[in-house]
Amino acid sequence: MNTAETQVKAVNKPAAKTKTKRKWKRWAIHLFPIPALIIYGLFIVYPILAAFTYSLFDWNGLVRGAFVGLENFKALFSLQPYKDLFWNAFQHNILYFVVQMIVQNGLAFVLAFIIYKKIKGAEFFKIAFFMPRLLSIIVVGFLWKLILNPNFGALNVILGKFGLENLQKAWLGDPDTALMAIILVNSWFGLGFAVLIFLAGIQSIPHELIEAATLDGAKGWKMMSKIIIPLMMPAITIITVLTFIQSFEAFELVYAMQGSQGEPYHSTDTLAIYFYRLAFGGTSGGGSSAIGLGSALAVVLFLFISVFTAILLYFMRKKEVEM
Amino acid sequence: MKENIWTRPLYYVIAFLVASISLYPLFLMIMSSFKPSNEIFMNPLSLPKSFSLEPYRNLIEQVPFMTYFYNSVVVSVTAVLLILICGSLAAFYIARYTFWWNNALFFFFLMGMMIPIKLGIVPLFILMKDLGLTNSLWSLIFIYTATGIPLSILILTGFFRTMPVELEEAARIDGATDLRILWNVLLPLMRPALGTVMIINFIQAWNDFFFPLIFISNEMKKTIPVGMLSLFGEYSADWGALFAGLTLSSLPMMILFFIASKQFMEGLTAGAIK
Repeated sequence: MNTAETQVKAVNKPAAKTKTKRKWKRWAIHLFPIPALIIYGLFIVYPILAAFTYSLFDWNGLVRGAFVGLENFKALFSLQPYKDLFWNAFQHNILYFVVQMIVQNGLAFVLAFIIYKKIKGAEFFKIAFFMPRLLSIIVVGFLWKLILNPNFGALNVILGKFGLENLQKAWLGDPDTALMAIILVNSWFGLGFAVLIFLAGIQSIPHELIEAATLDGAKGWKMMSKIIIPLMMPAITIITVLTFIQSFEAFELVYAMQGSQGEPYHSTDTLAIYFYRLAFGGTSGGGSSAIGLGSALAVVLFLFISVFTAILLYFMRKKEVEM
Repeated sequence: MKENIWTRPLYYVIAFLVASISLYPLFLMIMSSFKPSNEIFMNPLSLPKSFSLEPYRNLIEQVPFMTYFYNSVVVSVTAVLLILICGSLAAFYIARYTFWWNNALFFFFLMGMMIPIKLGIVPLFILMKDLGLTNSLWSLIFIYTATGIPLSILILTGFFRTMPVELEEAARIDGATDLRILWNVLLPLMRPALGTVMIINFIQAWNDFFFPLIFISNEMKKTIPVGMLSLFGEYSADWGALFAGLTLSSLPMMILFFIASKQFMEGLTAGAIK
């Protein structure tokens, strides 16, 4: 009897062990997403949510003061100099977007089409257009600052060589040209990436479709507007949305080329630069409540970008479906 | 399609013109880095008279460039490793199991791609301060890992889903744990996807300027991009050294690009198209 019992136990014991082991194994799978969740939650989700609450408080340096409701937002839009600075920067962001769409993306579309037409050296051209994208944006800014230097910069020297002295300018010192110069530099940086996206879009159009359209007599502009552009809508949507977000976040290039004041005379100020000044100081920030105001500006910008991106996506996706 | 005889030549003219505008500034940057400052001021466009290494010597005397370089390597490599680990674990969970909350979890991570995190920089800065991470390379490692996770999970989940389940069933019958299946069976087959994730995030971390600008003020903890800020702030008269600094900052990325230009271009566009 006794021996039988021990025998049963001896058989049962390992079985029980594997059972708990298997249970643990099944439970362990839930550990898999935990590291990603912690890092992403702590450093992305929490700061964005916190920015919303920060905007509702008064701040003394980095110390949170009293709850003030929407006062920071009111100040941002009704008190001077905040009000003027906001609209001034906002206009610059809009210009940033529009010029990037026309120069960078318009040109990228043409170039993608040219590469698609199987010109010789297509691979070389792709690489050439893409190269600037490898640089850090701060390197891009500093490099062009040297090139655009009024006295020793390559651009004015080249203009001089071609006898175009009257076009020579202090490109970044003149409020009329500084912002445009920055936006064009940004286009120089982003062009190759847009070419690649457009090229992927145009190459995904089934060849039979274009042949069929050709047989039906479509060519030139008609081919472009009725066949190619509609079928490239997904690529156009991506580029438009990315350009929009990037234009309204524009910071690094302006900071590198014109500093945190958006020199000269705020003529290159953008919302992100203005936000940086409010949040981290800079002489024309706003006294002790700067973090409150800065957070309010961040919230406004956040909502503006999210809502507009959603609207853009909605309308452009709708176009994609119709085709 | 029939083409006008002028169409093709026009294509070439446009392509060449734009290619030279894309490349010339880079050429100018590298060329000027071998010219002493006074030669740059006299003849900004000409080739260097003698390839002088003086600008590079000046650069290294003026700023601790090798320290910047070391910091950039540590930050980028560690962040990429963490992204690969966290990303593949989470993506495996999302793609291979069908718990009812998995779609919500996936969506929660993907939201991160739409969040302009720079706008949360004030709370983020205070958080880093409270954690004692300002002026530490870990502040950068964590933020790059966090910003890299969403896109990596998207790419890796997509890839996990394309792989047949039969692959792991044999291993499962043999009693292998999930971790072992992931490590021994699936990851070796996922090199292309892992490569894409690596490239996207490495460029991001290597080139980023914004976060070290906020988190790092100690000269010895600076990465190359903020190091350039010190260089241009304090030694803006020595153009030779400035060009040398810009060239040296960009060189590693250019070398990697020449080794794997196809993967670079495909990787970055894959990130956007998905």
